[in-house]
Amino acid sequence: MRSSIRALGTSLLALAVGLLLLAVGLHLAGYDAGAALAALWDGAFGSWRAFTGATLLRSVPLILIGLGFALALRGGALNIGAEGQFYAGAIAAAWVGVHAGGWAPWIALPSVALAGIVGGTMWMALPVVLKLRFGVLEVISTLLLNFVAEALVSWMVQGPMQEPSGIYPQSAPIVEAARLPMLPGTRLHLGFVAALIAASILTWIFARTWWGFRLRALGEGPRAAEVSGRVRGNRMIAVALLGSGALAGLAGAFEVSGVSYALYQNLSPGYGFTAIGVALLARLKPSAIVLTGIVFAALEAGAGAMQRDAGIPAVTVYVVEGVIILVLLLGDAAARRGLRRQVVATGAVDGIA
Amino acid sequence: MIDPMAVAADVLVAAVGIATPLALAATGETIAERSGVVNLGVEGAMLFGALGGAIGATAVGPVVGLGIGVLAGVLVAALFAAVAIGAGADQIITGTAVTLVSVGLTGTIYRQFYGPAGVGLSLPTLSPLPLPILSDTPLIGSALFAQPVTTYAAAALIPLTWYLLFRTRFGLALRAVGEDPPAARAAGVSVRMVRTWAVLLGGACAGLAGATLVLAQVGTFTERMTAGRGFIAIAIVVLGRWNPVGAGLAALLFGLATALQFALQAAGLKVPYQFFLMFPYLLTLLALAGAVGRVKAPAALGRNEY
Repeated sequence: MRSSIRALGTSLLALAVGLLLLAVGLHLAGYDAGAALAALWDGAFGSWRAFTGATLLRSVPLILIGLGFALALRGGALNIGAEGQFYAGAIAAAWVGVHAGGWAPWIALPSVALAGIVGGTMWMALPVVLKLRFGVLEVISTLLLNFVAEALVSWMVQGPMQEPSGIYPQSAPIVEAARLPMLPGTRLHLGFVAALIAASILTWIFARTWWGFRLRALGEGPRAAEVSGRVRGNRMIAVALLGSGALAGLAGAFEVSGVSYALYQNLSPGYGFTAIGVALLARLKPSAIVLTGIVFAALEAGAGAMQRDAGIPAVTVYVVEGVIILVLLLGDAAARRGLRRQVVATGAVDGIA
Repeated sequence: MIDPMAVAADVLVAAVGIATPLALAATGETIAERSGVVNLGVEGAMLFGALGGAIGATAVGPVVGLGIGVLAGVLVAALFAAVAIGAGADQIITGTAVTLVSVGLTGTIYRQFYGPAGVGLSLPTLSPLPLPILSDTPLIGSALFAQPVTTYAAAALIPLTWYLLFRTRFGLALRAVGEDPPAARAAGVSVRMVRTWAVLLGGACAGLAGATLVLAQVGTFTERMTAGRGFIAIAIVVLGRWNPVGAGLAALLFGLATALQFALQAAGLKVPYQFFLMFPYLLTLLALAGAVGRVKAPAALGRNEY
């Protein structure tokens, strides 16, 4: 209990330091920091419209991908190729969505989502095989496949999936029936609800199932888990990684069927990397990922407003995100060191979660 | 009428040009990984090296740009070292965060220096230095012996790094730290000190790689211009089996795979260019699958407990 309060404290500290550094940096660079932060706040939370149509809308891919990152990392695997799985899902979803003419929405919508899941999972299949059969680190293989996916999208929108007139580098629009309905009174699509459901399911898996418990044991000490003989490490890691790819693929599908209604290049402004910060800030806890996903989405939505209204480059927000992660890492390191001292002093460890 | 020899020579020139920054960054990362540290911040260090190179070249000239690029790379590596080695945080996550910070900072600083639009920045570049006689060698002459100074620097850095790693006391300590930190510590080696030096050296190489990209290849700076080359360098380290000579060859292979598209286009092959973009990455993946099983990574790679 105490450790989870400390973790929350570190998360809040990281967020505060990130924003403070932004303010100081902007001030030193000669901007009006107050006006900039006001623009950031307005762009993210200033109105119901901004909150739902900018912040919450952007939180959907961040939450889904963040959940996937957490799922893999619980088992000790690092998926830094969510960007690629997102695109694989988006391609598959767009393909189904374009060809769903004459389908009823209740068939078209699940088909598009499923296509995204399949796309993301398939994109992760190669890294899983490479890891288990050939010992190639998933960090490297998933990362390399990001570039392949980007090239694949680029080819798709200028080749086989290009819109009929053949002028623009984008796919034909997906049919009406394949477009996610909006929540009443907002520009926020139904994918947000799906992201909340996904978070609940993962919460349940992590907290209430034997599988979730063993996955965590595996992640915290692969050797201990294998020695105790109960954990079939490889298969669990494979499932966790594939699930991670599936969630990123679903995020890609929702982006197509809820936001862009077509396949584009640069559909993702780096969601796959931002989501790493989302998951870490939430300490890999699914319910907290919903919250941190919204926080990071607010930063990105606000950054757009900051650029528009205060002339500050939107990329600045990446500094804030990176600093948040670094402060978290430092805070945890300090906590570990404090704990070690405590252990030495009392000769026992109590209350470690 | 296409002269096949001329096309082959052009492909080789392009391949060596593309390989140079990759070889520089991968050689540096080889030093870091031999000491047990994976630094994904290489991408960020390269990006800062590129920006440093651009600023130095605008202010004074391309050679100063190289120096500032190296310095910028070292600074980024120092940030990584402080968190991942000093505080003992997860290396992969630290590296990702450092790269995020670098993407944001370089983008912001660049706009500060060159205005909000920032298009059309044209920088003085390093011209090729043809070596007498050698550069007249048919086929490979212009590829190997008429390149900018940075390519020769990379060619010199590879054997130097090999010597450092395998023939000096520091190299011995460094490899010991990468294989068995407790034993190294018992022998009186400071694990943190050695790893920090290794990462800083790696950062210097990455910074030089970024500056090379700007000053010897592209001639301009754009946001996120390294486009993942730092990550490729990390794959190249594995492909080169944690040996600088291997890294140099792997970088050349990657350069060749990328440059091959020019030859195939010249041959009039109607293949979408995106396939050529994918090819080097797929080839690297394939090669990794073949290479990894037979060579072992430094035993303590990526691990902080010691």
